[in-house]
This record gives sequence, C-alpha cells and structure tokens, in this order.
Amino acid sequence: MSKSPIIPEEEIQKARHPMAEAAEMFAKNYAAVAALIVLLLIVLAAIFGPTLYPTDPFEMVWAPFSPPGEGGFLLGTDYLGRDLVAALLHGARVSIIIGLAAAFMSVFIGVTVGALAGFYRGWVEEVLMRITEFFQVLPTLLFSMVIVALFGASLPIITIAIGVVSWTAVARITRSEFLRIRELEYVMASRASGASNAKLMFKIILPNALPPIIVQAALMVGSAILFEAGLSFLGLTDPNVVSWGQVIGSNRQYILDASYTVTIPGLAIFVTVLCISLVGDGLNDALNPKLRQR
Amino acid sequence: MEPLLTVENLRIELTTRDGIAPVIDDLSFDLHAGETISFVGESGCGKSMTALGIMGLLPDKIGRIASGKIIFNGEDLTTTSEQRLREIRGNEISMIFQEPMTSLNPVYTVGEQIAEVLRAHQGLGKKAAWDSAVELLDAVRIPNAQRRVSDYPFQMSGGQRQRVMIAMALACEPKILIADEPTTALDVTVQAQIFDLLRDLSNQSGTAIIMITHDMGAVAEMAERMIVMYAGRNAEQGPVENIIDHPRHPYTKGLISCVPHIMAKLTKERHELTEVGGIVPSLSEFGQDKCLFASRCNMVTQKCLEKRPPEIEFKGGHRSACWFAEKV
Amino acid sequence: MSKAEKSDVLLDVDNLTVRFAIKRGGWGKKSYLYAVDDISFEIKRGETLAIVGESGSGKTTTALAVARLVAAHQGTVALDGVDFLSLEEEALRLTRSKIQFIFQDPYSSLNPRLRAEKIVQEPLDSLNTVSEAERQPIVDDLFKAVGLHPEQQRLFPHQFSGGQRQRIGIARALSTQPDLIICDEPVSALDVAVQAQILNLLRKLQTDRGLTYLFISHDLGVVQHMCDSIAVMYMGKIVEHADRMSLFNNPLHPYTTALLSAVPSVDKKRRKATKRILIPGDPPDPLALPKGCRFANRCPVAQDQCLQSQPPLRQVAKGHKVACHLVTEKATSPMVGLKLPS
Repeated sequence: MSKSPIIPEEEIQKARHPMAEAAEMFAKNYAAVAALIVLLLIVLAAIFGPTLYPTDPFEMVWAPFSPPGEGGFLLGTDYLGRDLVAALLHGARVSIIIGLAAAFMSVFIGVTVGALAGFYRGWVEEVLMRITEFFQVLPTLLFSMVIVALFGASLPIITIAIGVVSWTAVARITRSEFLRIRELEYVMASRASGASNAKLMFKIILPNALPPIIVQAALMVGSAILFEAGLSFLGLTDPNVVSWGQVIGSNRQYILDASYTVTIPGLAIFVTVLCISLVGDGLNDALNPKLRQR
Repeated sequence: MEPLLTVENLRIELTTRDGIAPVIDDLSFDLHAGETISFVGESGCGKSMTALGIMGLLPDKIGRIASGKIIFNGEDLTTTSEQRLREIRGNEISMIFQEPMTSLNPVYTVGEQIAEVLRAHQGLGKKAAWDSAVELLDAVRIPNAQRRVSDYPFQMSGGQRQRVMIAMALACEPKILIADEPTTALDVTVQAQIFDLLRDLSNQSGTAIIMITHDMGAVAEMAERMIVMYAGRNAEQGPVENIIDHPRHPYTKGLISCVPHIMAKLTKERHELTEVGGIVPSLSEFGQDKCLFASRCNMVTQKCLEKRPPEIEFKGGHRSACWFAEKV
Repeated sequence: MSKAEKSDVLLDVDNLTVRFAIKRGGWGKKSYLYAVDDISFEIKRGETLAIVGESGSGKTTTALAVARLVAAHQGTVALDGVDFLSLEEEALRLTRSKIQFIFQDPYSSLNPRLRAEKIVQEPLDSLNTVSEAERQPIVDDLFKAVGLHPEQQRLFPHQFSGGQRQRIGIARALSTQPDLIICDEPVSALDVAVQAQILNLLRKLQTDRGLTYLFISHDLGVVQHMCDSIAVMYMGKIVEHADRMSLFNNPLHPYTTALLSAVPSVDKKRRKATKRILIPGDPPDPLALPKGCRFANRCPVAQDQCLQSQPPLRQVAKGHKVACHLVTEKATSPMVGLKLPS
C-alpha cells in the first residue's frame, strides 16, 4: 500500500487564541465598539476630570439656578449655586467606582458559590442553592436600604449592600455552566490523569465557563450604577461624596423650576448604562461560539 | 418503463462567505418505482443536499437550484410553484431523518401527529384519521398499536420512534421515501428491524426508496443501485453488486476497503486497513475543473489535476467518473 | 496468585457492580439502577479486550468504573495485582496515570482554550513526576508518534479536523506512559475513511509500545479487527466472553448470534450464509429486571427455566464462557437447527 501522508500538505494556519477570534468578532460590531469608545471617554473623564477641572463640587460658585451657559458655567448651577460640571466629573468617579466594585464583589461571591455548587453537587449544591434562592427572593432595594441604614452610609457599605443583593444571577449562571462542562470529556480526561479538584475547578472548568459570566459582569456594572443612583436618590448615601444619583436626589424638589439640574446627571447615567449594555451585548455575541461559526 | 424520478444535470449552489459553491455539481440519475437506490459518501459530499433539493427544502436564500431538472411523474420540480411542491411533499415524496429523538414533537401523542398528517394531506375526518393512525402503527410493527397510539414520544424507545416517523412518512402512501441515515442513531439489532420493515413496505406498496448512508454494508443489504458521491459530484453509480465486486473509482474502492467487515468465516490474520488519507475538500474548492478526489488518490496523475474526468460507462448502467476507471 | 500469572494478567476486574440511585416519586424514595451488575473479566498484558453491546448494556459505565471516573458500588479492579479502587490520595494519583482514556467525541474531549501541545502536556503537569524541562521533548515525540506535524502544536482544537483531534486525544492518553488504555468508541464519531487511519494508528501504537487496550464499541466489524477477545454485554451483565475466533465463528449465546446476524455486510457469501435473526421487542425495564435471564423475553429459544433463574457465566470450551442455560457442554449453540419463520 502506498503510504499517503497522514495529513494533507496544508498550510499551517496561524495559531489564534479563541479569545483573539472573539476580539475580532467584537470589532465587527460597530454599535458595541462605539459604545466602548464613549465608555472609555467617560472613564477618562472620571479619572482626569477632577484634576483638570478642580472646582469643588460642594462649593457655591455662582447664583443658584443659573441655567447652562450663564456666567461661564457650561451646565449651570444647582439650588445651592454649585457647579454642575464639577458635580458630573467628580460624581462620575464615585458612580463608576461603586459600579465596578459592586460588580466585582457580586461576581466574586457568585462565581465562588456557583462553582462550588456546580462542581461538588450533592448536599453542597443543595445548601448553596437554597441560600442563593433566599437572597433572590429578598426585596433587593429594601434589603440594601436596611444594610445602609444599619451600618451607615459610607461608600464601602453601599458597595457591599449592592454586591450582596446582586450576586445570585452570577451564581446561577456559573452553576449551570459548571454542571454542563464538568460532564464534558476533556474534564473527564483531566480527572483520569489525576488533576486535583482545585485544578479542575479553576484551571479547566472556570476558563470555559467565563464567557457568559463576563457578559453578566458587564451588565452588572450598569445595574450597580443604577442601584447606587436609586439609593442616593432616596438620600441613602454618603453626604460628603458627590455621585450622579446624589445630584439628582438633592435637586429633585426643583425638577419643575430647573429641570436641567436633574436631567443632566440623569442623562449621564443613561448614556453610561446604555453603553455598558451595548458592550455587554457585543461581548455576548463575540464570546458565543454558536454565532462565531462560519 | 418510464422512471418515476429523473434527475438531469442537477446543479445546486450554496452561497457561503467565500462566494458561491456548487454543492451538487452535474448530478444525473433515474429512480424507478419499487426500487431502492442508495447515496454513499463521507459527510460534506452532498448526499443530504440532494435529498433536500428533491424535496424543495433547500435553505432559504442560501441554497438554490442553479440548473438541471428534477422530473417527477412528468412534472419538473425545479420550475413548479411552491404551492404545488407543498402538495407533493409529505404526500407523494416524504422523508425520514437521522435523529428520531428530535423529529417528533414532544407535546403531542404519536397518534395525534400521524393523524394530523392524514388530515392535512388527505382531508380525512378526525375519527377516520385516528383509525388510520392505529393501522399505520400496526403496519410498522409497533406491538399493541391500539394502546400505544396515545403514547407520547418520550414513552417510546429510539427504534419505536423511528418506526413512528416511518409511519408518518408512509401515511399518504408516497411514491418516494427518502431516508436520510435512518438507522445511524440506532443499535444494530434495531437497525435490522427497521431495514426489514422498509424492505417489506417497499415490496408491498411499490414505494421507491432513496437511502442516504455511509455504511457500505447497509447499502449491500438494502439497495439495488448505488450512487457514490464525492465533493458534490457523482463519483460512481450503478448496480450495487457490480460496484462492490469491482469498484471502478478509487474513492469507492477506498470506502469499501477502509472498513473492517465481518466476513463469512473469520480468519486469524488481520490486514492493515486501507487508508484514504486526508479529508473531503472544503466548499471553496468545489466546482474546480479537475478531479476533486485527486488530492487523496494514490493513482493521481497530472491529467487528474487539469481536467474534470468524464463519466465512463461499463455494463449494466455502471458509470464511473475517473480518468483511469478501466484500470481500477 | 503466582508470580508468573501476575505478570501475565494486567487488569483483573472482579464482581464489579455500578449502580445509580434513581429518585422515583415520593420523598427520599430511592430505587437503584444496576448499570453494571456483578461482572468479572481480565485482560492479558499487550492484548485487547472489547466490550460490545447496545445502548444501555452498561459497556461505557464499565469503562468509566474501571478508570474510576464513576464510583463502583462493589468489586475490585486490580491493575498489576493492586486494587485500584481502594487506593487513596497520592497512590491513587500516581496509579491514575497508568490507566488512560480515549473518548468518543473528538469535539468535546479537548479543552477548547488550550493549545494542542498544552493539551498533550496537561497530564504530565497534573502528575508532576517528570521535570518541566523534560516535558516538551515528550510532547514532541508524541506528536510524531500519532502522525501530527510539529508545527501543529501551537494550534487550538477548533483548527483541527475530527481525525486530527482524535490523534491529539491519543497523544494525551499516551503522555503518562500508561499500561492500560481504555478506548470508548474511539472511531464511531468519525467519517469512515478517517476511521481506518485511527484504527491503524491504534494497532501500530499497541505493537510499538506494548499497550493493553480495553476497547468499548458497538461496531462489531471494528471489534473483529481490533481485538483478541470479546465480552458481550446485555443489560449490565456479560452474556458471553470468548476469544475473537470462537466468538465470531461459533457464537453461543442467542443474543450474540442475533447481534452478529444483524450486522449488514458487503460479503455476498456471508449474506447468503447467515439468516438474519430478528429479535422482537425491547429490553426489559432496567429498574424492574426479571428474575430469570434478562434476554428471555426476546429470546427465540427461551424455555421455562430461563424465566425462572438467572444463568451464571460458565466456561463451556477453552477460552469461551457463556451465560445461557441452553448451551450444551459440547459448546453448541441452542440456535443451531432452529427453524426460523421466513
């Protein structure tokens, strides 16, 4: 028998990481890329804005209720004559930090709980999932209000309050991914060659479970910003720190007389959260292998 | 005798990201009433696409019949209206699929599903359709049909579900039954039952069967004639006996000898299996003016790379598309 | 066990039982599904044993239990005389490397996020018995041994075809220099032309490296080609266990006979010689097994005693065991001379 080459002499393709392919896919989604750019601008403004525009957002700089443009103040002043540009720039920092920190916290709790439940099954899963359900049925806003009321309205407490009420979705997603992936044959193969449980969980299963978790985390940043705004609006916030929600909350009585004091920070929240969900959507499409084929 | 179905120079094109690819390229064959013809080849060679083309079920906007004719009972299916095609589908030409687990709707009883076909195509009343459903289940040898007719698909085994699919396909006494890998998902003993059933039904009713498979053994058991497809083209076709005794295309030869078969008397020695190196070319290479099998062929010459081989005739309607068919 | 015997038999499985708890109605009401029910077999070093059977026969569960990927309820799996199932911790981890697995599905058996070289190297990393510097040369050798190009090491699984992926899976299984490789339907997901490549590779590796295979398959043609002896399973039990020649040329159990007759063949002589034996009906409910022979309800020659008591697996000829009441001491099948309805 003539010994034909086992592999046809094909050109060896460039080895590309699945993540590199996902990045290319993401780049084709124009809405998501545009949203990402806007988001980056917002983050840059939050980082450098206060240095470049050092006006104290709590200082009275001009007559109250000056509409945008008057007296050289681009966005005008609020009911105490404070500069709204300064409030927006300083507030961006707080809103984004709380959004990121709370999302990070809920991902951390959620992934841990979901991974343990999905990997070990049995009674571990029963206990953890009952706990998850318990948190899921809590009225989230009320529960976080209770936490803030009990422990005081400081940034870390607010972050924790938001994180504690929003990790359940991540836990459920992680668990279901773990349940699916742990039965796949490559996980079996690793078990057959003596991989430890920790290695199986974190080095083999978790990286493959990440795509939906990443998407969920991105969306969580958006909802955490909204949540913080909600709490601030109700006055449950650190009075010494300015955030977008707090600006809306403190100006809410004057919504009819000086609507811009409420709409401008509202618009900031709207644009940020919209961009985050567009990016999240783009990530979802890029990381979903079913859409990536062909 | 006039053939029941004549396919002439059929060309089906599929729009892919890299352009238009002819997934079926100049395919011709005849099918007579009561006959079983088998399509053989690896996945991606166009076996299922041929079936979908005949059924008029090519994927919307992506696939289309570019040229050629499909003449069924004197009527050209490539030019007929969608309305008429719908009448023919399920009524005169029906199809069964590989996966009996997902081809049945899980929320209706099997009786309801069979009766629905009868009511839609033959305008039977509720009672009459239900009674025929019981008869059909009985005909496909499901024991206790009277009772099983109100079972849901999940209450049946894989083999029974495939039989229900066959019952549905046969409900309107079609002239042609297309079976796309009907037993791949089933165990061999169940496969034997299904083959037996198909053969009997075909003998009784004169239904012609087009069977798509990759299993040469199944072809030998079931079909009178076979068509070996490679990369969208007809590699070889003719009577099964002739081809298995003396394949005239290196691809057919490879397909037969690369599988370890159970022989009448097993001997101690075991030969190394013949390998057909490489894999089926990708769609972007389809349609080139050369022999598409050349890259995997151990008889390849310069000629094969320069021009598409014509079909060479042998006795008994045996045709092979290879420059060296006589030498194989 | 004498010294000579010990070196001859690599794997000795005794009274292996695997059961799964099934919750059925009510609170905490459990019944058990015996996927593998008290089976015993052994494999000699350097040989291949095939376990064949249809879906639900327990063949894959047996393979998983031997590799300790599902927990056995009872029984022992002795590898080189040491009971693998009773090992713990470090000893278990080290012994695991002696039993490796080749999976059916070339798509889900490779971690999509790792490069091919990393996939092959991973068992070495887990085992950690060779230094990191020595691992790359081992991977290079394995790539060559399974017929892949060295350049392909950098690729990810989705860049390979099904057959190539299966080669990577084989290289991974070989990386720890195992004694026993369990092949669970290694070619059934591949196209026929590619199957031959993989089967030839497996046989070549076996001769080159003195490997022992436990080969799980439903394809009797493949089994016939690959194996030295065959165990036929039906509903969790081994019904017949014989060397290759005896099983294919003189099947004794009615189920084996029916199974063999059902395989379609291109051999005209065989088609004429074998009368297809159709076994009617379906296997019994695995949660409510009959007290007699499990095949009795479909067996064309079943008699009263078959419904009354379970036949034990007994030796009827040299190297030929069968679990059927009706097989005579002279090892003739009860199917011989059976008048089949045509």
